[in-house]
Amino acid sequence: MAEIETRAFTDQKLENMVGNLLRAGVSLSALVVSLGGVIYLARHGREPASYHVFHGEPSDLKSLGGIVRYAFAFRGRGIIQLGLLLLIATPVFRVALSIWGFAEEHDRMYMIFTGIVLIVLLYSLLGSGSAF
Amino acid sequence: MNIFEFTILVAAGSFLAGLLGSLTGLGGGVVLVPLLTLFFKVDIRYAIGASLVSVIATSSGAAAAYVKEGFSNIRIGMFLEIATTFGALVGAFLAAFISTKALAVIFGLMLLYSAYLSRKPRPRAERNLPSDPLATRLRMNGSFPSEEGGMRQYNVQRVPTGFSLMFGAGALSGLLGIGSGAVKVLAMDQAMKIPFKVSTTTSNFMIGVTAAASAGVYLNRGYVDPGLAMPVMIGVLAGSLLGARILVKAETKVLRLVFSVVIAVLGIQMLYKGFTGGI
Repeated sequence: MAEIETRAFTDQKLENMVGNLLRAGVSLSALVVSLGGVIYLARHGREPASYHVFHGEPSDLKSLGGIVRYAFAFRGRGIIQLGLLLLIATPVFRVALSIWGFAEEHDRMYMIFTGIVLIVLLYSLLGSGSAF
Repeated sequence: MNIFEFTILVAAGSFLAGLLGSLTGLGGGVVLVPLLTLFFKVDIRYAIGASLVSVIATSSGAAAAYVKEGFSNIRIGMFLEIATTFGALVGAFLAAFISTKALAVIFGLMLLYSAYLSRKPRPRAERNLPSDPLATRLRMNGSFPSEEGGMRQYNVQRVPTGFSLMFGAGALSGLLGIGSGAVKVLAMDQAMKIPFKVSTTTSNFMIGVTAAASAGVYLNRGYVDPGLAMPVMIGVLAGSLLGARILVKAETKVLRLVFSVVIAVLGIQMLYKGFTGGI
């Protein structure tokens, strides 16, 4: 019984940390996206909107390096894209944090499960550009 | 319409989508893509990219509130995410080879299915079921704060069926840019017999990770447009945060009825546009 209670407590602790991390990641990303949005609208708000025809994004808005360069040149679209990258990274950090949490609980089985998920996520973010 | 007006209107529509999606546990993405393609005439690939990003925001924003309430089950979520992330990669890969018309048709079918599912009466929660031995080995059984006060225990059923359904949910998510909340709730509600609030919130929690698995692929492929994704993400996030606050208290019966009608109408429209080539 004592063992079960310890595990429940640690699970609850991990869940609280995960909750805080998610909130922080989403808030930060929303802030960056809003900042970029204000700059973008101030500069381009009066231009006509056209999303009917698909062009694909320029290569600067597709890759990690390009997005960072664009954002630090203080371009609205680059800053928005940086915020979106932070958003995509938030679940990845969450999964990494969970691995640590399960390690604290000496739960090898769930460390492996979580590790598999982390590898899939990292592949998608970093490895899929060349694969498609 | 100039960019400023477009941004305001898209943000308002996304706010509503996020609110309804979060309240019903069906996710905002399922109405977002039809909203963007049918009413704002956005190319479906841009719509899917923006939706996918917003799905991460919805899920993570709402999940942050739920995990602290003690509703979601981090172990069930983590285990099933193996299936959903692999599925999401497969779905995102397939999306490159499928025409926009076919995407619209698949989307329409998905909407009709979601509408049907949300109308189907949920069987009265069976309590005190014996646990699937696999669920016991995976330590998935848990408890949550019940309406009557105190903690209610639950046992998880049919783990392999749930796992397979989750792979399908992931693939649909990667293909259509939605959270696939409907399929996830089906797997957890119906197959695994997890109590409704636990499955809804755990599903919400998993959606972010699933969407992130395909979002990387979409970003690399140039399907994520910042000018469109910005109002969509901010709007959906605000709506879903409000929805999460209400969900903990509210009875969602009437809302599910209204939402399922909206979803069905959008589904028929997507099918029509897909077949007539208006997309």
